[in-house]
Amino acid sequence: MPDLRLSARLRAAADSDLWYSFRTSPVTIVSALTTLVLVAAALAAPVIAPHNPFDLASLNIMNAGLPPVWDAGGEAAFPLGTDDQGRDVLSAILYGARISLLVGFASVVFSVVLGVGLGLVSGYVGGRVDAVIMRIADVQLSFPAILIALLIDGVARGLLPHDMHGEVALYVLVFAIGISGWVQYARTVRGAAMVESRKEYVQAARIIGIGPMTILWRHILPNVMGPVLVIATIHLAIAIITEATLSFLGVGVPPTTPSLGTLIRIGNDYLFSGEWWITIFPGIVLVLLVLSVNLLGDWLRDALNPKLR
Amino acid sequence: MPTFILKRLLQSVLVILTVALIAFSLFRYVGDPINAMVGQDTTLAQREELKERLGLNDPFIVQYARFVVNAAQGEFGMSYRHRRPVSELLAERLPATLELSIVSMVLALALGVPMGVYTALKRNGVLAKTFMTVSLVGVSLPTFLIGILLILVFGVWLRWLPTFGRGAVVDLGWWTTGLLTKSGLQALILPAITLALFQMTLIMRLVRSEMLEVLRTDFIKFARARGLPDRLVNFRHALKNTLVPVITITGLQLGSIIAFAIITESVFQWPGMGLLFIQAISTVDIPVMAAYLCLIAFFFVIINLVVDLLYFAVDPRLRVGRALG
Amino acid sequence: MSLLDVKDLRVEFPARRGLFVAVDGVTLTVRPGEILGVVGESGAGKSTIGNAVIGLLEPPGRIGAGEIRLEGRRIDDLDEAAKRRIRGRRIGMIFQDPLTSLDPLQTIESQLVETIRLHLGLDGAAARARAVDLLRQVGIPDPELRVKQYPHQFSGGMRQRVVIALALCAEPEVVVADEPTTALDVSIQAQILDLLKALCRDRKVGMIVITHDMGVIAEITDRVAVMYRGRVVEEGPTAKILGDPDHAYTRALIGAVPRPDVRLHRFPYVDYIEGIATKPPAIDLRGHWLGKARDFGAKTDGPLLAVEGLGIRFPMNNAWLERNRRYLDAVKDVSFAIAEGETFGLVGESGSGKSTVARLITGLYRPTAGRVSFNGTDLTAITRDRDLNPFRRQIQMIFQDPFSSLNPRMRVLDIVAEPIRFHRLASGRDEVERIVRDLLDHVGLGAKAAEKFPHEFSGGQRQRICIARALATRPRFLVCDEPTSALDVSIQAQILNLLKDLQEELRLTMLFISHDLPVIRQMCDRVGVMRHGRLLEVAATEDLFERPQHPYTQELLRLMPHFEGLSHDNLDVEAVGGAG
Repeated sequence: MPDLRLSARLRAAADSDLWYSFRTSPVTIVSALTTLVLVAAALAAPVIAPHNPFDLASLNIMNAGLPPVWDAGGEAAFPLGTDDQGRDVLSAILYGARISLLVGFASVVFSVVLGVGLGLVSGYVGGRVDAVIMRIADVQLSFPAILIALLIDGVARGLLPHDMHGEVALYVLVFAIGISGWVQYARTVRGAAMVESRKEYVQAARIIGIGPMTILWRHILPNVMGPVLVIATIHLAIAIITEATLSFLGVGVPPTTPSLGTLIRIGNDYLFSGEWWITIFPGIVLVLLVLSVNLLGDWLRDALNPKLR
Repeated sequence: MPTFILKRLLQSVLVILTVALIAFSLFRYVGDPINAMVGQDTTLAQREELKERLGLNDPFIVQYARFVVNAAQGEFGMSYRHRRPVSELLAERLPATLELSIVSMVLALALGVPMGVYTALKRNGVLAKTFMTVSLVGVSLPTFLIGILLILVFGVWLRWLPTFGRGAVVDLGWWTTGLLTKSGLQALILPAITLALFQMTLIMRLVRSEMLEVLRTDFIKFARARGLPDRLVNFRHALKNTLVPVITITGLQLGSIIAFAIITESVFQWPGMGLLFIQAISTVDIPVMAAYLCLIAFFFVIINLVVDLLYFAVDPRLRVGRALG
Repeated sequence: MSLLDVKDLRVEFPARRGLFVAVDGVTLTVRPGEILGVVGESGAGKSTIGNAVIGLLEPPGRIGAGEIRLEGRRIDDLDEAAKRRIRGRRIGMIFQDPLTSLDPLQTIESQLVETIRLHLGLDGAAARARAVDLLRQVGIPDPELRVKQYPHQFSGGMRQRVVIALALCAEPEVVVADEPTTALDVSIQAQILDLLKALCRDRKVGMIVITHDMGVIAEITDRVAVMYRGRVVEEGPTAKILGDPDHAYTRALIGAVPRPDVRLHRFPYVDYIEGIATKPPAIDLRGHWLGKARDFGAKTDGPLLAVEGLGIRFPMNNAWLERNRRYLDAVKDVSFAIAEGETFGLVGESGSGKSTVARLITGLYRPTAGRVSFNGTDLTAITRDRDLNPFRRQIQMIFQDPFSSLNPRMRVLDIVAEPIRFHRLASGRDEVERIVRDLLDHVGLGAKAAEKFPHEFSGGQRQRICIARALATRPRFLVCDEPTSALDVSIQAQILNLLKDLQEELRLTMLFISHDLPVIRQMCDRVGVMRHGRLLEVAATEDLFERPQHPYTQELLRLMPHFEGLSHDNLDVEAVGGAG
């Protein structure tokens, strides 16, 4: 019986409008593939990267500032050239994308848990709890996410001893980006939870006698996850950009574990001496990643909300 | 009307006070005001005396009130790093940031709104689809990367435009402007485009989706069924109704231009408040951070009030009470 | 000479799974001063005809074949600019929902004037004068004053008058009215229908009224076309079609209409309408799960449910000061009692508080005054939530909207099983599943329905799932809040039959809430009439319909559609009375 149900579900999934809209949109397929390739490459960086950019022993200053392989003076061993210390740009990008994706995913998860939780409580309980949560959200919404992330980073720098900051910088960054993003989830989920909790299926559950926590978990949460998924996808793109921006500004991840933003920052100093590849290649990867995630988010929003097309 | 505006004003004051509380906590507990003022050789007794004199032993609420009163007069203390009053530092740099932000705002609105309307009306046109694709790339390009690309192309390769600083400025006594000199205007071009591009794509996409929403409503269908020409349906009925939600979100977006200016200023070494703030974060210059925070909150509140008034002007449902009959 | 001719019309919508033909081979004519009714159930394609006539098919819809002629000239193949000159000027349109049909940001005047100037070429002053005049003609008091106002300052009925004025402002020869009164209360519905009838007669306008409501058809149309699945199955003079229908579908449709003048034992079962043709097998309670453990405690002598002085008020604004707060008395001082096995009806217009009473009884709202007693126990005195559970099991509810009353993410099995599991009414997974399948079988869905999700069912089928869920606690008292008002009339008949059957078999006590007097007459033993949160009158159903006491009840009965001359064939009549 269970496998019969599973196959029925699979068939339903294959037949669903979501899969159909995916199948018929070449842009979506390409962006899904791009995302997959980039994520896989980042995850597999220690295996597939031609060099280990953090192994100082393997760096050779003789290799510094090499252009990409197709330019005059490029070497096959460093397909995208090297930076000022002789680090292979391709390897640095692979490792950098790893950090960027890690911070991005972690902050989104943090935002989702915080935002969805508060939004559900706010929407279902209402009253004073709702008022307090939403006022906080209003105040925070008056400030751009990037500013809040900057501020939290600044506070962390002030509170933590200098040598400790390097160790926890990654956590601080995830916390800063995560905190700056919860409001949108909370507002959306609150709105959806209020709409859902007024619907008659929730009233039916209440008449049966089912308690508020069970109703939230079993009835309301699954019905508000659609918009949350859409926001989370687009938020992932924003989180990656925010991380890159903070790192570019020099307040993000520590230089010992460079992300794509850090690489762009390092390269930026050499822009005027003509070594454009140190900046541009990490930039291209960053844009490709963000663009394909954005495209996926766009598709998901349209597919889950067919009237918008 | 009065209750609506009054409510909004009250809310604004609340926002300002909350932000002031955060700024004050930063000031008082993250940084150490005494340490920043005295040398290494000060004795504990001297420190205590100074603490007493500065009122740092007063109850929390008294200190907070004093901070708010001082802040309202523009008094934020001394910068740890620059050893100068924060208000002076900010006043010096305010014109640079505001000029950059306002020029970018105008640019973003002047291009974003018409493009949004166009892409909504000609949903399946080639040009509209191109706009949409380009805009998605625009949303995916981090501001700092746009700046770097512009520098690379126009500054390094083509050598057409300056890539850092503000050019020559004219001092008007209370304001220094870069809008009156050729080098000042040239220096403004790249940063302004950088800052405007991201906002423009956001505004365009927002206007488009809101307008599409409005175009699906019954009253638009009814307007068409009355034989009204497209011009009237689209601009008189649809656009005006689109503006109601667009005004709010655009207001918020424009406010965030000032914050995004931090990035642009950092890329182009533009001598504005954002650059000051970024430096303050790296060096944990708390008074500057606190003051910047309060100033930004103030700008946001002003923008929000303007937005509310505009809202009020556009939507009769807020102006005229419901008199059923 | 006919005004509008629709000939062999076919409208297609290209869709993912091939071509969807919404309308096929439809031929209609409208003469000046005549009202043609197009009646059918949801999905019959009747609105599509209206949209095709005015040339505003929703994309990607298109006219696949046939032609539409206005005074002999073809209009369906004109270009967009020429079609626009016809719209509003020669063919007017009235939509269903007056609340969304007007631009909220423009005054009534500016919306009227722009249309008048466009079509009649009048100057500003003349157009404004005409706008005021039009408002007067559609019966809006103080037109000079009201014309300067915005739509949100008008009530629903007044807004529909404005919509009619807008549709008529360029003197069109044809008007298409798509469900013009569906969103309105009965009393306002009657006024709007009178207005449309008078305008049509005085101006020699040809009108197409598209509706699902046989009452509207009987009230104002001269001729009627009956649609079924995109085709016209029968067309002719209204009196002939309603009194002596030829086609089996029309007979089924008319048989399903609840009558105000007779009480039926059962509505006729029709195999034309979705799925269930035969009556589900009767339940023998002695051996059945539903009959087991009907241990409802000691039977008291009093009524099963008693409501005394019940009231609830909602704050209208959240002012800080008590004296500035205003409250809405949604329900005030309502008292009635329902005996075991009885069906008690509550009737009233929207906003009368009847649904709030249902929510107070089922505990969704806590009353601010009065008490609800069940079998002698005062439920409002119980403070611990857990102590309410035995009563919750005995009191269940069926809701109005079958599309929102089922959780879309749960399988039907889990939806129906939830109350059984929660109240631990069966032991073991297999037994729960067996009971659920059995219940689904009894409400006429078949046991296989358990594996599916709600979206795979139609509105009527969903309502059956809701009934199965309500039965799953083995209730003693069932609250039905407008259980059929969102359903087509033929489906409504099936659901009402099912409720009657279940009540008989399970000896259920029912509170049946409806705005629809004929439905109340079919279902209830006694009826209470509500208005503005108060209970005006309680009487036995036959007494209420024959000898209403309260003036408001008399007014409601007067406005109710009477269906004089509706065919009485095949009806299983239980009681006959003169029409109210």
